Amino acid sequence: MIFELIESGDWLPFVFVFLMGLSMLIYSVLDGYDLGVGMLMPAGKPAEKDKMIASIGPFWDANETWLVLGVGILLTAFPMAHGIILSNLYLPAFAMLIGLIFRGVAFDFRAKVSVEKKARWDRVFFGGSLLMAFSQGYMLGSYILGFRYDMEAILFSSFIGVCVCSGYCLIGACWLIMKCEKDLQKKAVKWAKLSLLGTVLGIIFVSLLAPMVSLRIFEKWFAWPEIFMLAPIPFMTGALIFATWFVLHRLPTPNDNFSWLPFTFTIGLYILCFYGLAYSFYPYIVPDTLLITEAAAAHGSLMFILIGAIIVLPILIGYTAISYYVFRGKATDLTYH
Amino acid sequence: MEFDPLLLSRIQFAANISFHILFPAITIALGWFLLFFKLKFVVSKDIKWMKAYFFFTKVFALSFAMGVVSGVTMSFQFGTNWPGFMETVGNIAGPLLAYEVLTAFFLEATFLGIMLFGFRRVPGWLHTLATILVALGTTFSAFWILVLNSWMQTPVGFEMIDGQAHATDWWAILFNPSLPYRLAHMLLASGLTASFLIIGLAAFRIWKRDGKSESMIPALRVGVTVAALLIPLQIYVGDAHGLNTLEHQPQKVAAMEGLWETTQGAPLLLFAWPDEELRENHYELAVPNMASFILTHDLEGELKGLNEFEGNHPPVFPVFWGFRVMVGVGVLMLLVSWAGLFFAWRKKPIPGFVTFAFVAMTFSGWIATLAGWYVTEIGRQPWLVYGVLKTHDAVTTVPGEYVGFSLAGYLIVYALLLSAYIGTLFYMAGKKEILSASAEEHIESRWALETTK
Repeated sequence: MIFELIESGDWLPFVFVFLMGLSMLIYSVLDGYDLGVGMLMPAGKPAEKDKMIASIGPFWDANETWLVLGVGILLTAFPMAHGIILSNLYLPAFAMLIGLIFRGVAFDFRAKVSVEKKARWDRVFFGGSLLMAFSQGYMLGSYILGFRYDMEAILFSSFIGVCVCSGYCLIGACWLIMKCEKDLQKKAVKWAKLSLLGTVLGIIFVSLLAPMVSLRIFEKWFAWPEIFMLAPIPFMTGALIFATWFVLHRLPTPNDNFSWLPFTFTIGLYILCFYGLAYSFYPYIVPDTLLITEAAAAHGSLMFILIGAIIVLPILIGYTAISYYVFRGKATDLTYH
Repeated sequence: MEFDPLLLSRIQFAANISFHILFPAITIALGWFLLFFKLKFVVSKDIKWMKAYFFFTKVFALSFAMGVVSGVTMSFQFGTNWPGFMETVGNIAGPLLAYEVLTAFFLEATFLGIMLFGFRRVPGWLHTLATILVALGTTFSAFWILVLNSWMQTPVGFEMIDGQAHATDWWAILFNPSLPYRLAHMLLASGLTASFLIIGLAAFRIWKRDGKSESMIPALRVGVTVAALLIPLQIYVGDAHGLNTLEHQPQKVAAMEGLWETTQGAPLLLFAWPDEELRENHYELAVPNMASFILTHDLEGELKGLNEFEGNHPPVFPVFWGFRVMVGVGVLMLLVSWAGLFFAWRKKPIPGFVTFAFVAMTFSGWIATLAGWYVTEIGRQPWLVYGVLKTHDAVTTVPGEYVGFSLAGYLIVYALLLSAYIGTLFYMAGKKEILSASAEEHIESRWALETTK
């Protein structure tokens, strides 16, 4: 029985949908913090800006690669869905890519151009981060609604865009609390409190709005006995928010203890929100249109990718860990030499 | 005004991929140059090599960032503009792209952080290892992309079931008939692009700093020597690639030669103005029998003309001229690098006209690489995957206005970035010091430490 199942390959699409979700989650945490730092940039003084950049410098490039992996899995394992989703998100995807382009190069240019031009590239870095975060949220909103183009949908998607921005600011500020010292750390605590407020409002509104605008999501969450099984999720989310709030009010401590806690709690929040979203969509890969199983590529091709992924992923995680170990501790000035 | 999504999507993809290839063309080979500079320092302990290393690391970082952001853009465009591509050949293209991300992207992106910012944090050997892994990553990346591109030119190892390609033999797909030639041709093209970039920037710095910039003289010599070695090799590989194309895509070769009628003893056209409406050339300047000799190694050998493939051959003009531009730049590279060998290695300062030629050739690799890619990609039309999927069958249903809007946006952004990129490279090359006094001290003291151990 089990052998038949393994041989049939029917489980492959689910493995890939899990891997895709996992890379998107890792992406939103990792690139989330560096996008957040980018959006917080204007709030720092010039010297602080250099520190903020230094805290994300060695990581941002690899962080962004998780997006390529997530979209890559969508592209390779679910070619049908990739076409439908991205054609429907043509303009927001374009906006996100423009943001991504500017942000990625501004990071390098700011350190290499003459001093007068540096401030200009800092503004480009901020604008690119903002545009990228907002369009990602906008795309998520359109996806939740199954690609509608009416006024209500545009407002809803824009609102999710703002929520994602504040969520990224939150994790960015928490990253800075962990990686910075003194004044900048104190400032980061303040930024984290503010963006936590925005994020909480966002989570509450999305949880209330999504079932109102989408009947399918309403039915998935408010059916018996699912509602009973799902109850721990909002409860745990609330507990995490409260814990983050509690810790933020006691930071920074004299010996810099617990400065890593808000970042860890925020990752927990991200996981819960992700889980909630994933539950709302399952088993569709394009809401109400295309099932995961319908969109999958041929089993032979999926198997070929899976073998490679099983070999490569542990190595990949290993050297990512090396990189974080090398650049552990408080951020120091970025220099090539 | 009518917005045609097919035409606009094609222009947009061409613009994006043309912009993108400029940067991998530099980084694929520049990574290995950096490794060479680093190893030279380890062996000789001469700080000049470290100066060359750090200067070109900055060039590498900037080029790498430009390549990453434009590359991510490409991966989205498969879905936004060409959904038919993945729907038809996704089972084959998908795994190849997935392997690129898994084996190359993460490797280069992660170790780039250590290579760029880890010099003071990690032991010397680990820093060298990071440099090796970044160079390997960019080369792996080139391998996977060229496998996919070559497969699109010479598809094998699959069967069509319900309009979708299914892989039957991965080994055949990976090492498809045109891959060895295309991969070698592109790797050498990258070697030449990076060499001439090094030559140009080093010569500019030596000129700007009154010839006192000693650290750039070794780099200049390395660049000139590598270019002089690679260019004859590239001519040989290019010729072999042409013969391979003749075997698999004869109409592409016919367009490259501007040959309309099947001919025995076909001439080599040095100049011509192909006219697709009249199906003939104007203003021909030809070397008799030469094309037949080059392609068949027989003065009277038969070459198939475009009229044998009417309705199924690429637009002639861009392929014909793309080929001539590529070969023309190649000849210039040969002249400049061989003459440059003499001037760069002798003890006297480099004369002004040679410096001028070096700086003028800084981006010659870009022109030749782009022209070459235009020949092979336009030469594949009207097919997207040769004999399997036509370009117009893969295009999006998104309204043309959207595509027009995004195209305009990309063009503006790319024009801005390209000018900022070139401006910054020359700004960095002309700047007063490459290494600060403290960095120099750090390297010296560390070198002393590592030798006593």
